[in-house]
Amino acid sequence: MYSTFRSAATLLILFTLLTGAAYPLALTGLTQVILPEQANGSVIYRDDKVVGSNLIGQSFASAVYFHPRPSAAGQNGYDAAASSGSNLGPLSVKLNERIAASLTAIKDENLAPVPADAVTTSSSGLDPHISLANALRQVERVAVARGVAASQIQRIVDRVAEQPLFGLFGEPQVNVLRINIALDAELGKKNG
Amino acid sequence: MTIAGWLQITLILCAVIASAWPLGLYMARVFRGEKTVLSPVLSPLERIIYIAAKVDPKKEQTWLGYTLAMLAINGLGFLLLYALMRFQHLLPLNPHGFAAVPSDLAFNTALSFVSNTNWQSYGGETTMSHLVQMAGLTVQNFLSAATGVALALAVTRAFARSGVTSLGNFWVDLTRATLYVLLPLSIIVAFAFALTGVPQTLAANTEATTLEGAKQIIALGPVASQEAIKQIGTNGGGFFNVNAAHPFENPSAWSNILSIWSMLLISTALTFTFGRLVGDMRQGLALLTVMYALLVNGVAIVYAAETSGVPSQIAAGVDPAMGNMEGKEVRFGQALTALYVVATTGLSCGAVNAMHNSLTPIGGLVPLFMIQLGEILPGGVGSGLYGIVVMAILTVFVAGLMVGRTPEYLGKKIEAREMKLAVLAILILPLAILGFTAASAMLPLALSSLANAGPRGLTEILYAYSSAAGNNGSAFAGLTANTPWYNTTLGIAMLLGRFAYVVPVMAIAGAVVQKTKVAASPGTFPTHGGMFVGLLIGVILILGGLQYFPSLALGSIVEHILMQTGKTF
Repeated sequence: MYSTFRSAATLLILFTLLTGAAYPLALTGLTQVILPEQANGSVIYRDDKVVGSNLIGQSFASAVYFHPRPSAAGQNGYDAAASSGSNLGPLSVKLNERIAASLTAIKDENLAPVPADAVTTSSSGLDPHISLANALRQVERVAVARGVAASQIQRIVDRVAEQPLFGLFGEPQVNVLRINIALDAELGKKNG
Repeated sequence: MTIAGWLQITLILCAVIASAWPLGLYMARVFRGEKTVLSPVLSPLERIIYIAAKVDPKKEQTWLGYTLAMLAINGLGFLLLYALMRFQHLLPLNPHGFAAVPSDLAFNTALSFVSNTNWQSYGGETTMSHLVQMAGLTVQNFLSAATGVALALAVTRAFARSGVTSLGNFWVDLTRATLYVLLPLSIIVAFAFALTGVPQTLAANTEATTLEGAKQIIALGPVASQEAIKQIGTNGGGFFNVNAAHPFENPSAWSNILSIWSMLLISTALTFTFGRLVGDMRQGLALLTVMYALLVNGVAIVYAAETSGVPSQIAAGVDPAMGNMEGKEVRFGQALTALYVVATTGLSCGAVNAMHNSLTPIGGLVPLFMIQLGEILPGGVGSGLYGIVVMAILTVFVAGLMVGRTPEYLGKKIEAREMKLAVLAILILPLAILGFTAASAMLPLALSSLANAGPRGLTEILYAYSSAAGNNGSAFAGLTANTPWYNTTLGIAMLLGRFAYVVPVMAIAGAVVQKTKVAASPGTFPTHGGMFVGLLIGVILILGGLQYFPSLALGSIVEHILMQTGKTF
């Protein structure tokens, strides 16, 4: 029995060193050198200041920007230190009321049908994307708020939109932070 | 459902099987102790480990010695992990300054990672220091997966050998599983994850100023290294609260494909290892066929349920084109979300890329039922294989009853002792699942944790205990499980589901390995043909259905009917 525990303890220590220290640390060193951008969170800089991450959604309320999906992360949504979904089922009163409120808020903007992602929270609460349909529905609002032609906004959407991998895996989608940075870059910053 | 969606699902599953085949044959060589491509690099390291741990790799163990060794290292692993969490505030690599983990949560989490469940009552980015994540959780991700592989090997040898008492050496199997299989695969997959954008840093959070001028704190950490072994080892414990739905754990369509492929890989490959070691590849293929037939059917049901959307939302004016999007990410699409949901529960992985609690009633019933079928489709790394072998033993017994002959599996007679032990093993899951669910459904302190009222509330409890006892780890999250009641009872369910299950299974192996192989006669029921496959599917479904149908009817099925009438809670 003693020899069993001695072997067990030694192996546990050795594997802790190998898989718990050597493996993650070696990988950290390797990725920090070869892939520094990805390894540190795909951060986006503007004027030398960190404005967010390519992969993490953030809140936009102003009419001059494209709006992300509703979010259940943290108190006010898009808290990137407290990811969370709503965890509400389709029969939940709370969920149905929340969707009804979101529908009322955005139906005023546009009469086109409302894509499901525009009124539902994502699983992470940090979804950086909206569906292409959701983006197209917002083109007119952004154009009016910025005082430019809708076709100009449309061109930016076409440029930033991402197509499925090999035309198959994933969905046509738009990264909200990236398109809003593109808007500011092309049309100037605007406070709505 | 679309053709493009099914094409995605088919391509990924084909890629899994195509790569699992050579991996399975490679593993057969590794565990026979033969030379492989990695031997020149790894065998010196392997020898040093044996010398340090005073292990004689040539000395084999009986089923009892093998099982005790397994329990010893898992027991010590539990204590070490528990201590790391309780003292994390005094230890280095805690850049956020997290306090000590409370005792009930540490008990639950330590058992959770030792038993390959990886149920998480906590949010990773708000609770655990980098040291705990690396030296505690990641280590157990490796060890619990390697333990599963070792046990599967022991059970396989019981059928491959004839008239001996030894099942192999646990220390050797554990070391080889880690060095030759898990570690090399993890390094490759972790690097691939990093390429897709998964972070890998020891730094704390990054602070951003958003375009609208708000502060956003972005949690970072050594994510890629943990993500890889979490998928490869069907552990499923995420770095972040929302697991593989988090854009840092699963940033793109690429990472999603990699994620699904890597979690299915080893469990699938072990069926080929099994076939090679028992000397008849068709035996492994028969088990593989059963696993994937049920898996694909599950995917079809979830895919259909989620794309048809929610009637009340459609009535309110939501475009039904995208289906039910609550709790789902845009970048994965419905097809690969459905595949993920079913694969992670057919496996005992438990990683999620969508919130299961927001699935439609039928979309949520399937993952729950996949867990309740015993985590064998294709099941956790190793545990799936020995689980389905137990089902195969039951199946030949049922077939033997029909024709009045002594049942045989792979040339070994299945007699009263093996049957008693098999039934003991399969009784543990329903006992833990239904017993604890019934108790929780009556206790006010347990009911106050529910996130959803109505039938979904019952499903939340049922899912939690199914997930714990099945060592899955996914959840109908929203149920506030971080309470002394749930932490303790879920911990016990995980303990029973892993270790109380595996001891009788190892006892079966110990009995079977001593029997001499009998040659197949005209009266032998072949266990590689369509008849056996059909019968095995039947046994799995009937056993699971009979045990759990009443509880599923009161939860998901009633909820589905109420959804059509527009009732809300």
